[in-house]
Amino acid sequence: MDLPVWQALYTELAPKGFVVIAVAFDSGGAEAAGQWIQRANPTYPCLIDRRHVVAELYNMVNVPIAVWINEEGRIVRPPEPAGTTDGFRQMDRTTFAMPPEALADLRETRRRYLDALRDWAERGDQSPFALPEEEVLRRLQPYTDEQALAAAHFRLGEYLSEQGHPGDAQVHFAEAKRLRPESWSYRRQSWALEDPSKAGGPEFWTAVESLGDQRYYEEIQLNPSQP
Amino acid sequence: MSETLLMDDRVTTVATATAEGESLWIPLRDLEGATGWSLKPEGACRGEACVPIPPSRTEEFARDQAFNIAALARHLGQPLLHDSGHHAWALGETGGSRAGALRSLQAPDFTLPDLDGRDHSLHDHLGEKVFLVSWASW
Repeated sequence: MDLPVWQALYTELAPKGFVVIAVAFDSGGAEAAGQWIQRANPTYPCLIDRRHVVAELYNMVNVPIAVWINEEGRIVRPPEPAGTTDGFRQMDRTTFAMPPEALADLRETRRRYLDALRDWAERGDQSPFALPEEEVLRRLQPYTDEQALAAAHFRLGEYLSEQGHPGDAQVHFAEAKRLRPESWSYRRQSWALEDPSKAGGPEFWTAVESLGDQRYYEEIQLNPSQP
Repeated sequence: MSETLLMDDRVTTVATATAEGESLWIPLRDLEGATGWSLKPEGACRGEACVPIPPSRTEEFARDQAFNIAALARHLGQPLLHDSGHHAWALGETGGSRAGALRSLQAPDFTLPDLDGRDHSLHDHLGEKVFLVSWASW
């Protein structure tokens, strides 16, 4: 879990006008997310998003995905993996150990990402990691009507699940997943509602393996591309 | 029979609403509270924005002091789902509207509770650099 990492970063950078807002995409609500929040005991806002509202607004399809927002409320980095890599795919599934090279790559990726955040906290829009508008626009993923329909199915599924109709809920989750297969949040959330162990169980690993050469987390491009 | 509307980040049960097939009639007096839309001479309005009702199809949209929000959703191309068994309707925004909001680069606002049930909004943090990050228990 990343919450303690964000806490250390917040403690360090809050004096520079920097805040972390962590949002749990958790239809299980406080019952599901609460123990993690209590354990991390964060002093920054740590919010619970049962309906995945933030995922819908920001077009996020996984966790941990982050967006950087400047003092004027403008997006300066669009959704991207928050300093993580695909290294977990090489993990030993019984010991959870990662090969040394994958672990070193993950640590280096995280270090560079956190250093970029420190630079932005210090220099604001003058930081090279606060991307120019055209670069943010270029990086934003498309938002189609099919994706919007997937969000409506997810929303209805979440409501039916909350109302105690798990079977009917899964019909709509299945439709959301069919319309938006790239959403790991839809997949893993709907599995977790069926059975909490399923989200990280054999179904998950089979789905990850079926990616083949495709990425689970996109590679983070910290610097603007050269024109 | 009451109908439940899932719209924006709200769940609203409208006791006075009537479902007829794929139409959802909401009395005008409850329309704005339930949906944010109101019926005006210029059309259906939400805030400053108004959508003209096609003159040849008025009976599809309005009758007897009630408005068919489902007809408006279809007219606007919004995703609309109806679970008649559970009297529930999910009414979303179009992909174009979501994309437009993001491409304005103004970060979309939201309000969510923390573990103690206290609400926090993104707009409370104007003037700060916000690192908005997702996570999950699953």
